Amino acid sequence: MNKKGIGLKIGTVCFLFITLWFLQKLLVPKYVTAIVEGSLIEEYYHEKTDHDVIFIGDCEVYENISPITLWEEYGITSFIRGGAQQLIWQSYYLLEETLKYEKPKVVVFNVLAMKYDEPQKEAYNRLNLDGMKLSKEKIKAVKASMMDDENLIEYIFPLLRYHSRWSELTSEDFKYLFKKDKISHNGYYMRVDVEPVKSIPKGRKLSNYQFGERSYYYLDRMVELCKENDIDLVLMKAPSIYPYWYDEWDEQMREYANKHDLMYINFLDLIDEIGIDYNVDTYDAGLHLNLYGAEKMAVYFGDILRKTYGLEDRRGDEEIKKVWDEKVEFYYSMKEKQLRELEEYGYLKSLGVEKRE
Amino acid sequence: MLFASYGFIAFIAILFIVYYLIPKKYQWMLLLLASYVFYLFAGPKYILYIVFTTVSTYIISLRIDKLNQTQAQYLAKYKEDLSRADKRAYRDMMKGRMRRWLVACLLLNFGILAVVKYSNFAIANLNAIFQAFGGQGQLSFLDIALPMGISFYTFQTMGYIIDVYRGKYPPEKNIFKLALFVSFFPQLVQGPISRFDDLSRTLFKEHSFEHRNFSFGMQRIMWGYFKKLVIADRILVAVNTIIRDPEVYQGAFALVGMLFYAFQLYADFTGGIDITIGIAQVLGIEVKENFNRPYFSKSIAEYWRRWHITLGTWFRDYLFYPISVSKPMMKVFKFTRERFGGAIGRRIPVYISTITVWFVTGIWHGASWNFIAWGMANCVVIIISQELEPFYTWFHSKFKVGNTFGFRLFQVLRTVLLMSSIRMFDCYRDVPTTFRMFGSMFTVFNYRELFGGALLELGLSMADYWVLFMGLIALLGVSLAQRKGSVRLKLAQGSDLLRYAVYSFMFIIILIFGAYGVGYDSSQFIYNQF
Repeated sequence: MNKKGIGLKIGTVCFLFITLWFLQKLLVPKYVTAIVEGSLIEEYYHEKTDHDVIFIGDCEVYENISPITLWEEYGITSFIRGGAQQLIWQSYYLLEETLKYEKPKVVVFNVLAMKYDEPQKEAYNRLNLDGMKLSKEKIKAVKASMMDDENLIEYIFPLLRYHSRWSELTSEDFKYLFKKDKISHNGYYMRVDVEPVKSIPKGRKLSNYQFGERSYYYLDRMVELCKENDIDLVLMKAPSIYPYWYDEWDEQMREYANKHDLMYINFLDLIDEIGIDYNVDTYDAGLHLNLYGAEKMAVYFGDILRKTYGLEDRRGDEEIKKVWDEKVEFYYSMKEKQLRELEEYGYLKSLGVEKRE
Repeated sequence: MLFASYGFIAFIAILFIVYYLIPKKYQWMLLLLASYVFYLFAGPKYILYIVFTTVSTYIISLRIDKLNQTQAQYLAKYKEDLSRADKRAYRDMMKGRMRRWLVACLLLNFGILAVVKYSNFAIANLNAIFQAFGGQGQLSFLDIALPMGISFYTFQTMGYIIDVYRGKYPPEKNIFKLALFVSFFPQLVQGPISRFDDLSRTLFKEHSFEHRNFSFGMQRIMWGYFKKLVIADRILVAVNTIIRDPEVYQGAFALVGMLFYAFQLYADFTGGIDITIGIAQVLGIEVKENFNRPYFSKSIAEYWRRWHITLGTWFRDYLFYPISVSKPMMKVFKFTRERFGGAIGRRIPVYISTITVWFVTGIWHGASWNFIAWGMANCVVIIISQELEPFYTWFHSKFKVGNTFGFRLFQVLRTVLLMSSIRMFDCYRDVPTTFRMFGSMFTVFNYRELFGGALLELGLSMADYWVLFMGLIALLGVSLAQRKGSVRLKLAQGSDLLRYAVYSFMFIIILIFGAYGVGYDSSQFIYNQF
């Protein structure tokens, strides 16, 4: 074959790769102005990875604790690697991956995920796994999470999953094609709006309260992983009143924590001590705390972490302070922006939140 | 393993590489292994069926061959000693013995097909008869799943044994080679139904990698996936919406469903065959064409010569002709000729054969009355067309429209509409519903709804309709271009740049506009079910 022919072949292959790469960039959801939860996992990779505390778990971590408050109050550096309905095996593999980048002193796992022993929904899998960089941890997380109609290759090449989005493209897809705005505050998803709790839930009876074997298997592995890396693992139940947290579940977690010499805190029992007022500290009637609740939670929890695990106040470290000053500034600017939006529109327009009637 | 799955694409990609890396003498063995691995994905227990068909056919074909040789040796040895009558008597005796082996093979293998495919249909009908006569008891249905591709490989293998019996070619002495012929995976699930003498010419040969074969084969595979994923599986959503709710979707929707199903079936079946032929071509193997642009046919008879060609020729060679020249049919011919005269006497045996063939064609497609009705509807149309032949001749001599473009177009559209309406039996899978829906096209006048956004409520968005429209235009364009010769050949004669641009464009189109992955109910090929 002559040089021209070889050149043409190489050129075609390069053209195909570039086109496919571009199409993939274009077609994958951007999660910037709607379902922003999809951006949370990915944002970790843009971070300076030096954190005292890593939070892992579902929405009860990324909406209920403010790392900026932890910094401002105690000089604790932290990051939340949380995702919507993050399943325990996803938390485990995210932790495994995180430990490749850094070694925190404390890992906090929110135990609500113990209730799920099976993969739940493709959409939630995507929110948690799409943002992960391709790694063996990601592949293991995907394999553990896939529903029957899912396929590993569609996670490795997301174009195969999102190819049909060509008919749904919006200006957001072009605007954030190569660069996305930061959404979270070290994994924290800020919401300043308020929707008071209307009623306190009563859990309907379950036929079986026992957490599944699979959940315990990954919890055991998490304990083991933290031990191997000399990390203190804390189990927490965030103060969200929905979904209902049963006493039987609580008992199992207490027993587990005792058995493995772990700290377990059910913050639902500490509402008054934290100072949470469900009339003003939640934005969705008790499922998640808003900024005010998350800040109260951080002040309370931070104090426990500081005292129990001897976390240093790092505000004196100029280099770290410089990084965090920027974060603090972004935090308050977003808070101000959201408050302005609330005043102007009555709802958070920039987050694609529906207007409440 | 579905053709339209990542697993299958990985499977053939690995096969292509290994096939050309191993010593050539092992290539056919690799294909046999690959075919059985492919078959294993359908369920390990089904292997037994295909193995039984292979072994029984192998043993009996050798037995027939042995009898043939014995006959030849005997006749040669006693050439001088035997009278003509003796020779004929000996031949008849041996033919009878061979025929007994053949019949045994046919009964065994068609028997298996009948049991697994038609038992529950027979039981359902018997139960209905019992009930009609006030019977209390009900026969319980058998819990048998249909082994993958059994209709196809049984027909292919029985064609082989009949050919051996007829002395068309000697039997294959290597059982593993015969096993490969029976199980060759690309054509296992939906044909074409190959003949041994055709396929074996290239199937067992040693193949060096040839750029042309690879390039042509890959083009064919891509074109097949385009038809399947971009057109058939997209239109499937609307077809399913319409046919699953016949109470709601009547009149204009029944018409839309009928036409959509015609497009879906064409794109699905020809797409699958394109993939089959393409894979074989990459492997250096020639598989017979199964379609010749059937929707350009000007009559139903022509349509059936151009649609699922290998099934049609199978029925012609192994059913229609044998029935037509069988002794009982000769008696019928003699009787009817004497009774009704030459013209009618000639027709009746032909019509009996035609009816038999269409009944079997119908039931081959599925064990239910709708398929039998579908087969018989085809038969009726073909017989009426034949009977109207003198009228057509008179009409054309009178009006001289036969060669005008408009008339040819009319004939093509008439055939498409006629075939599509007959296909409604296949579509609705229920005879009374089919008649009701067909009737509703003329009694329920809701055609205006189609232009009021109702089409967008069938599960397809406007974007989907655009893709479909463009896809069908591409399909039509390629079909028209094929009339002037091979499109791939023309492409091969063009510049390299153009060729690579076409490959890349096609690949990207399938990737982006294909209806696959999560959110799509990606279906198996329709003909897999037969």
